[in-house]
Amino acid sequence: MTGFQIVVLWSDVLVWLLVAAGVGVGLLIARNPPLRAAWRRVGASRAGMASATVLAAFVAVGLLDSLHYRVALDGAPGQKTRYAVEVLSVLDALATPLRTRNEKTYSAPFATRLYAKETVDVPGVGAVRDYPPLKHGGSHLAGRDDEAAADVAFRAFRGAVIGFLAWMAIAALVAAAVRAGDSAVDAAGWRKIWRRETVFAWDAVLATLLAMLLAGVPLLLLAADYHVFGTDKVGQDVFYQVLKSVRTGLIIGLVTTLVMLPVAVLLGIVAGYFRGWVDDVIQYVYTVLNSIPGVLLIAAAVLMMQVVIDTHPQWFATAAERADLRLLALCFILGVTSWTGLCRLLRGETLKLRELEYIQAAQAFGVSSWRIIVRHILPNLMHIVIIALVMDFSGLVLAEAVLSYVGIGVDPTMTSFGTMINNARMELGREPVVWWSLAAAFAAMFVLVLAANLFADAVRDAFDPRAA
Amino acid sequence: MLEVRNLRLGFAAGRSTLAAVDGISFAISRGETFALLGESGCGKSATAQGILRLLPAAGRLLGGSVRLDGEELLALPEAEMRRIRGHRIAMIFQEPATSLNPVLTVGRQIGEVLERHSGLAGDAARPRMLELLRQVGIADPERRLDEYPFQLSGGMKQRVMIAIALAGDPELLIADEPTTALDVTVQAQILDLLAKIQVDRGMGMLLITHDLGVVARMAHRIGVMYAGELVEVASRDEFFARPRHPYTQALFAALPDAARRGRRLATIPGQVPALDAMPAGCRFADRCPQAMPVCRERAPAWREVAGGHALRCHWQGAGVADAAGHAVTELAIEPGRPFLEVAGLQVHFPIRRGLLQRTVGHVRAVDGVDLAISPGRTLALVGESGCGKTTVGKALLQLIRPSAGSVRLGGADLVGLSGRRLRAARRHLQMVFQDPFASLNPRLRIGEIIGEGMDALGVGSGGERREALVALLGQVGLPAAALDRYPHEFSGGQRQRIAIARALAVQPELLVCDEPTSALDVSVQAQILNLLKELQAELGVAYLFITHNFGVVDYLAHDVAVMYLGRIVERGRAEEVLGAPRHPYTQALLSAVPSPHPGDAGERIRLPGETPSPASPPAGCHFHPRCPKAVDVCRQSYPAATLISGTHAVHCHRA
Repeated sequence: MTGFQIVVLWSDVLVWLLVAAGVGVGLLIARNPPLRAAWRRVGASRAGMASATVLAAFVAVGLLDSLHYRVALDGAPGQKTRYAVEVLSVLDALATPLRTRNEKTYSAPFATRLYAKETVDVPGVGAVRDYPPLKHGGSHLAGRDDEAAADVAFRAFRGAVIGFLAWMAIAALVAAAVRAGDSAVDAAGWRKIWRRETVFAWDAVLATLLAMLLAGVPLLLLAADYHVFGTDKVGQDVFYQVLKSVRTGLIIGLVTTLVMLPVAVLLGIVAGYFRGWVDDVIQYVYTVLNSIPGVLLIAAAVLMMQVVIDTHPQWFATAAERADLRLLALCFILGVTSWTGLCRLLRGETLKLRELEYIQAAQAFGVSSWRIIVRHILPNLMHIVIIALVMDFSGLVLAEAVLSYVGIGVDPTMTSFGTMINNARMELGREPVVWWSLAAAFAAMFVLVLAANLFADAVRDAFDPRAA
Repeated sequence: MLEVRNLRLGFAAGRSTLAAVDGISFAISRGETFALLGESGCGKSATAQGILRLLPAAGRLLGGSVRLDGEELLALPEAEMRRIRGHRIAMIFQEPATSLNPVLTVGRQIGEVLERHSGLAGDAARPRMLELLRQVGIADPERRLDEYPFQLSGGMKQRVMIAIALAGDPELLIADEPTTALDVTVQAQILDLLAKIQVDRGMGMLLITHDLGVVARMAHRIGVMYAGELVEVASRDEFFARPRHPYTQALFAALPDAARRGRRLATIPGQVPALDAMPAGCRFADRCPQAMPVCRERAPAWREVAGGHALRCHWQGAGVADAAGHAVTELAIEPGRPFLEVAGLQVHFPIRRGLLQRTVGHVRAVDGVDLAISPGRTLALVGESGCGKTTVGKALLQLIRPSAGSVRLGGADLVGLSGRRLRAARRHLQMVFQDPFASLNPRLRIGEIIGEGMDALGVGSGGERREALVALLGQVGLPAAALDRYPHEFSGGQRQRIAIARALAVQPELLVCDEPTSALDVSVQAQILNLLKELQAELGVAYLFITHNFGVVDYLAHDVAVMYLGRIVERGRAEEVLGAPRHPYTQALLSAVPSPHPGDAGERIRLPGETPSPASPPAGCHFHPRCPKAVDVCRQSYPAATLISGTHAVHCHRA
């Protein structure tokens, strides 16, 4: 095993900080009964928990893709170790076959031959124009193309069986845990789960998990020998691109909210609580910001930043670092332009809260304004903040796709749903049409955004003060 | 005419249905007013909604029958039901401000009913609308017809609601707390109007209320509801002369008035049982002073004690147990040197208009108020909504900065203080708010809520803190375990106790109580009033009691000040102001309060109109446009104070 050097990109730092913050907030919630009760309602929601399971799978992929390193190059002994220019992640390592086995150009899903005719030298016949066999896809069949369908079906079936067995094992663990966690002896954990007698919506989680395993395990098994989603123009595996896009989407969705949240919360509360000229100034700022067409503002900012990056190549050791900075800058720009909505919402709610009698009671005690804000106003706004966060997430993932499509999104070297769709633009105009790139990006993004939206709905219902 | 039999209504909660109304039966004949009386949460409004089949989404009809002239309403298809609603049975609601659509003119809203039920539309409907508005006593109906609800006052909105209800020529009117949201003088007008309309049209009326005074004024027969059941039905005279059910008796005994001064009010221990934990026997047994073993086992059957007077109770006795309340030590303090003196207090809110937000006028919410409060005494500040009484309270605490005047606390002026000196002064004054649900932060534990004032003012230190908190809770009658719980686990009355404990935590000398009982039921109100009295006897704290409830004033106050449009019009000791009021406004207010004793009708003074806006008070005496005794001088100058006795002063030219 060659040595390697751990590379910490800025976005990795933020991602793991977010994970740490998530754990911290989780502990805080566990200590605060009203919040715990609200999250318990989320846990009881079937749709919410099913979508949370899907989201968890996406997050797992994203996190695996956020541990970066550089492989050491074989150099002469005694020389200073040099490392490869290419920055890899744990996900890349796990998906090495997907990453490295590139074809020459387009190939359809599960194909054994290229999608374009080439002139091939057939011994004895001479030059023939035909679809050449793929270098990697279905290469184990050694040219017996007619067996491909049967092979795929068999492997898929085998994968499904393995997936089902894995699911049974997980379900048995859950059932045992449910029984252990509950002192009631009358019903076995298994029956309790499916009769929906558990507080947590285990049945939804297990059902989703079953669907994911039945679809996912065969896909992974097949991906070892086929290009399950086909290959793109330069022969890269589309399935690999989809996996890589997940991290980009998650970072855009999460880091952007991290940027905008402090601004929105602080300015919103300050404007609503202090009123007067502070309120006027903040209102004018966000009204002005809102009046500038959003895409124009983002385009201007991204182009300026691009110039800065291009003129300072010495800042970056690798291309990955450059792409990473551009991604973060995009998050920052999106954050700066999207805080106004939440800010306005929080200002309105604060206006309502500050007239409430418990705030006046605190004022009558001479409690300082900042203490009132932290102790009385902020906790009572948390439900709005949480709802806004989960609802904004899906919007931001979609926004990234649109911006990358327009060409002002992430770095072209970075894989994202937007760049995949952007590339697919030409493929759709081609004859015969190449549909798999777009379809794969669309399907993955659709599942991610739908899961995020359903989860947001569940969170909103649980935190709705009228329903509580 | 209307016959309700064994009606059962419930609300779906999860997979089970909880019965909110459990088998009630009554009948209403033409021209009769049947009053459903009960505390909040006992199923009164659900009954009314059930009759019209207008239950909320979670509501379920569980059984029984509702017959209107023999026609079964519960079996009718929805399309038929729409013919009944509005046309044969009409309903008016509690809150006139939200029961009218703000974006439609009055005319459109009346026209809607006319079009549906009498086929009148367009110009043909207009004379009918004008006639309806005249019937409900709206002056200048031609103009009002084209106005929007926001241009009308609260009383007028309720009149319009009544006009809409009358537009379908109903045979039965359901009035759900029709005057609860209105001021006493306006309430008196609306009750008069309802009574007159009922006599003119021979309508039946189902009146839903919690106010014994309104019942005494309006009802012919009365049904008392408790926890989803009717427990006593009687004619008015029987009901007020000989209430038989222990619950009814307790309701009467809990009413504060002058006769009970110096004694504890009777309270009903405990709370109305929750819907999912109804006792098997009599539902009132757990709170009943007369409970016997049989009460907990078997639900009592109906028993008729006199013609038309029936009740559900095992107890055969009849005694009215009013004497039960034992005396509270009344501090016979003569008004000593006042420790808080307010002179010429003014609070003006600027009205800003236009692009540059220039001040174009002022709302004179408080316009020159003088008050003095002595230690250990209670000063009641009385007036209708919008007269500025709450603003006075907040301005005392400097929660609202006064525009002029002085608030002197033991020699130091609070007005204009800021920073640390104001914080130190705040220790002496605290406030108890009206709504116990809005005055406690739902995200803090009770211990943190009560401890907040101690923190801010630096009272008490770490170790003794918890002991002090427990002692405070004990003082307001709550267990020490409450410290670690959250406000939503407590009922309204308990929350108000917590709010009182929070205010007392810093040992103030004056407690400003802003309608502390108006959001509570009568029996809970009695508990809080008892508590306030005990605390005063124990700690010698003075109260500034802001209220519009004259029963409470009668019971609690030593001194009374009556406010009208930002100024005090009459002040004096309670017996002087309430017993021999000299200002025409005080006289009118007192006579407008519906009395829970049908006997004392007395002379009724009805004030025309409503309180004018404090942005443009009338010239001269503010009260002259409504005053029955106004003469020329009243229109020209504001009257100076006339001293009737050493303590009794009144601002009136005619006094």
